Amino acid sequence: MNRILMNKWTKVVVFALCLVPIAVLVWQGPSGWSANPTQYLEHATGDWILRFLAITLAVTPLSKIFGLKQLVRFRRMLGLFAFFYACLHFSIYLGLDQVLDFRGVWSDVMKRPYITMGFTGFVLMIPLAITSTAAMVRRLGFRRWQMLHRLIYVSAVAGVIHFYWLVKSDVHLPLIYAVIMAVLLGWRVFAWFSDRGRRPAQGTPVRKEPTTVAAS
Amino acid sequence: MLLKRGPDLKYSDVTPRDIYLNRRKFLYGLGLAGGLALAGKNLANLAFPSSRAYAATSLPGIVKSPFSTTEKVTSEDRVTTYNNYYEFGTDKGDPSKNATKFVTSPWSVSVEGEVAKPRKFTMEEILKLAPLEERIYRHRCVEAWSIVVPWVGYSFSTIAKLVEPNSNAKYVAFESYFDKKQMPLWGRAGIQLPYVEGLRIDEAMHPLTLLTVGMYGETLPNQDGAPVRMVIPWKYGFKSIKSIVKIRFVKDQPPTTWNITNAHEYGFYSNVNPKVDHPRWSQAKEVRLPGFFKNTPTQMFNGYGDQVASLYGGMDLKKNY
Repeated sequence: MNRILMNKWTKVVVFALCLVPIAVLVWQGPSGWSANPTQYLEHATGDWILRFLAITLAVTPLSKIFGLKQLVRFRRMLGLFAFFYACLHFSIYLGLDQVLDFRGVWSDVMKRPYITMGFTGFVLMIPLAITSTAAMVRRLGFRRWQMLHRLIYVSAVAGVIHFYWLVKSDVHLPLIYAVIMAVLLGWRVFAWFSDRGRRPAQGTPVRKEPTTVAAS
Repeated sequence: MLLKRGPDLKYSDVTPRDIYLNRRKFLYGLGLAGGLALAGKNLANLAFPSSRAYAATSLPGIVKSPFSTTEKVTSEDRVTTYNNYYEFGTDKGDPSKNATKFVTSPWSVSVEGEVAKPRKFTMEEILKLAPLEERIYRHRCVEAWSIVVPWVGYSFSTIAKLVEPNSNAKYVAFESYFDKKQMPLWGRAGIQLPYVEGLRIDEAMHPLTLLTVGMYGETLPNQDGAPVRMVIPWKYGFKSIKSIVKIRFVKDQPPTTWNITNAHEYGFYSNVNPKVDHPRWSQAKEVRLPGFFKNTPTQMFNGYGDQVASLYGGMDLKKNY
């Protein structure tokens, strides 16, 4: 399995798969975007931000639980795709929904808690995208880089709250995302405690991998 | 009473269809999809045919109404595949897919309460109580989108007068049909069902308040509230209750579904008001579907202020939202 993950073509395939959501939207075209195209695009891209955040956050637990060290090679790309869909999502809100009314956007950000939350999640992803290169990791030093990149936890939580606060009454979908994020973040807390105790986590084969442990 | 033209009827300039057609051309022009996309679209249409599967019957003898707006009517296909009817799912595309088997015949509406002559009307009777009028109304959803719909029906006051409300009748309470078997997604709605709504008696008796039996010249599609619903064009869409089975004239202000769900966000009156924001979003502008841009200014009372503002004389509409 690790060998498949090492293959350079695997990365190309994963990259292409990450583009499928946007390809589908383009393929559907405006006639497939319902009567409310802006809202349709906002919801479609919003869903994919949360999915990519969840997938990104799943990389470390999966690589540890199943001993797939090479899985970590995909983490940066997946995180950047979450950011890519977040950029699309924000651009649609700014350009179509608000029609470049910057004052309106700012008052939304200040006044509407769900927008404050979504905007916070988005803004916190920007430094992560900027410092995602290997050169940046070296410049910051791994420790500091790792601390910074823990911001993705905040973004993920903010994203779910944003979704939860936005729906009118049917919260089952936001709750599903909440449970997924809770499991992914909960695993880290669990792993951190069992690491600190220097004993293997129950039922989890712990393979120490100092360069890829916590920040993910 | 004649409908005066609103201050700026420039919606005909807003031709959203063109915008999206242009965008489509643009995309295809770029060769992003090209001929393949066209082929794909046809395949997609074969696989997922348009979900407007209802047995529409055209309604005979419809007369035009002076209450109609001259604004461009939103296309039937768009309107009937994008709407809220939480009993059939909370996504806007759900009702048209999930309500296809909803049984709306036979149907009757019980009109009761503080009236001299309570009575059960069959649907056949309702269709014949008065000449059917086509009323082209703006429809503004509380979610800041709007459409223009040619409804078919007659003023609610017609049926109200037949049962002779007494002096205790200060409000009218409406109740929707509810059947867990026919509405299996009801549990996800997150609102108390059956859906209930209410109007003050003078609001209900206002000539603009429409007892609605059809749209686009035909009977109502299931997802749009078949076979009979209310349309109150100066209020947010959720006040226009669907698939009515009971109308009760009452003394006290009746409970209403969205107000029960979240009183802070949805008031009893829920008049369209660009100055009173929904706590979570601004109501100052709306997107006229199927357009992209939320840049149409929302009008007080949805542009029906000349007709209805007098109903609310002296009332603080910020408090009575």
